[in-house]
Amino acid sequence: MRMALLELDKAWLEIGGKAIARDVSLSPAPGRFLALVGPNGSGKTTVLRLLAGLLAPTRGAARLEGRDLRRWSRREVARRVAVVPQDTHLDFAFTVREIVAMGRHAHLGRFQPEGAHDRAVIEQAMARADVFHLQRRLVTELSGGERQRVLIARSLATEALAIVLDEPTASLDVAHALEAYELCRALANEGKTIVMALHDLNAAARYADQVAVMQSGQCVAQGSPSEALSERLLGDVFGVEAEAFRSRAGWMAFVFHRSGSRAARCQG
Amino acid sequence: MTRRDALTFIGLIALLVVAMVVATAFGTGSISPLRALRIFWDTLIGANGDYPAWQRTTLVWGRLPRVLVAALVGGGLALTGAVMQAMFRNPMAEPGVLGISAGAAFGAVTALYLGGTTFSMLLGPAGAFIGALGCALLVYALASGGRGQVATTTLLLAGVAVGSIVSALTSFVLALSLREWEIGRQSLSWLMGDFEGRSWVHVALAFPLTLIGCVWLMLRGRELNVLLTGEASALALGVNVAELRRDLIVWTSLVTAATVAVVGAIGFVGLIVPHLLRLLLGPDNRRLLPAAFLGGATFLVAADMLCRVASLTELRPGVVTSLVGGPFFLYLLMGSRRA
Repeated sequence: MRMALLELDKAWLEIGGKAIARDVSLSPAPGRFLALVGPNGSGKTTVLRLLAGLLAPTRGAARLEGRDLRRWSRREVARRVAVVPQDTHLDFAFTVREIVAMGRHAHLGRFQPEGAHDRAVIEQAMARADVFHLQRRLVTELSGGERQRVLIARSLATEALAIVLDEPTASLDVAHALEAYELCRALANEGKTIVMALHDLNAAARYADQVAVMQSGQCVAQGSPSEALSERLLGDVFGVEAEAFRSRAGWMAFVFHRSGSRAARCQG
Repeated sequence: MTRRDALTFIGLIALLVVAMVVATAFGTGSISPLRALRIFWDTLIGANGDYPAWQRTTLVWGRLPRVLVAALVGGGLALTGAVMQAMFRNPMAEPGVLGISAGAAFGAVTALYLGGTTFSMLLGPAGAFIGALGCALLVYALASGGRGQVATTTLLLAGVAVGSIVSALTSFVLALSLREWEIGRQSLSWLMGDFEGRSWVHVALAFPLTLIGCVWLMLRGRELNVLLTGEASALALGVNVAELRRDLIVWTSLVTAATVAVVGAIGFVGLIVPHLLRLLLGPDNRRLLPAAFLGGATFLVAADMLCRVASLTELRPGVVTSLVGGPFFLYLLMGSRRA
């Protein structure tokens, strides 16, 4: 097994006496796409923030390249781990290009302007996230989905080895969501470490190498999609009845039923 | 930088130069702008011309320092206003939000009350400077609770609370001062913002801190941009947010203290100038901060000139900036609500 780039080792996070992450151990590896699933409030965002060093565990450890995250400077971490936040709201009227260029911040000295390499990276990032044609538009005038892609482009512009995404497809339509998943899959295949929190279990099953299921701050299952996403576990964790099947193309897929309502079906 | 931005900058620089030359030429006993330029040139190279000596004295010792003080103060206030707006991610923030202006007023009024009028030229500024920094420090200490971590909302609320307490104390000291006519007059004049009799001493007092602080703040433009996208986002992009915020608070406090110390309270410059320039240039602080300095300097030089041309000693620059700035700001606000 490849050495983990990011690692949570029995990490706990307590805020105000309440544990919002309990004994979580995860080790996303280079070239792997790890999907984090679980109901609302199960601690997905917290785990992402622990992995990116935005929060420090109160017990246990969070490591980057095997070294405790607290011993890295913010700039050093930012060059290795990029974050795509869930909240894409922006108040100030920057252009798309200006926002994407902010991904270069940790690479530039305080008084150093963008160089030719920076510009190339920025343009490539915009092209890959399909926002190149929007580059002169103001982010305040974009749709939620467009803003989401701009922030994905910003994470690419950091050239980080790991990208941590918090429900990046929540405001995307089906086609753009698929593009985003495929982009992340391609990035993983190129050797990046991808960690994504998401609600779409079908997408998790199809695109991720590994799935971690969260419940009440704990990681209750971890493994390949077919191992982690069992009907029984999903039923327990989400409080629904899950029905797993194979799609015609051979992908694992799910339909869900409110507990006890599986038999009730609309007759056409 | 686009061509439009470049033109905006050239325009701002030209406006400031014109305003300063015209402001120096205007006043009681008119001296034409051309004559004024010649007198300055002669003074610089140490030559003597065929004009009355009073003209040179008026220009070099009277009007020039006054115009320079106005430019420094206007520039400093507008730039720190722009920084505060970026730091609090709120277009309504201004240099006074941390209780700095209230602290300065309290310091100046108290110093004048305790020290009397003999050394008022230095006592006022010294008191104001100490009061401003003391207030900023108190607000910061209260908001951080000694943990070194500050939430911006806590900072704003602490600033408002400390500001109103200190304002009440200022009123109390002012009421005491009014028993003595001259002290009361000077205190009131300081509270309204005044450029009367500002000399090279005042330029020397305000110049070093204002300039060093402004240059330092301008160089943090890119970090401020990243901070505008949110604190978590800035942290993720590699900005040490706690350290940046502490630096910004220290330097905006120093610059604001240095400027209000020499002229007193001047309203609206720090709010209106950055706001207007943001409409022209966009939110990028690398462009906005230098532009705000130029625009603020021009605005205050012009406001001071207006007071002198109107030759109403009762009309103070602080009053003019608020009278012009307030309605204009409301106009912008109504416009943005329609849009």
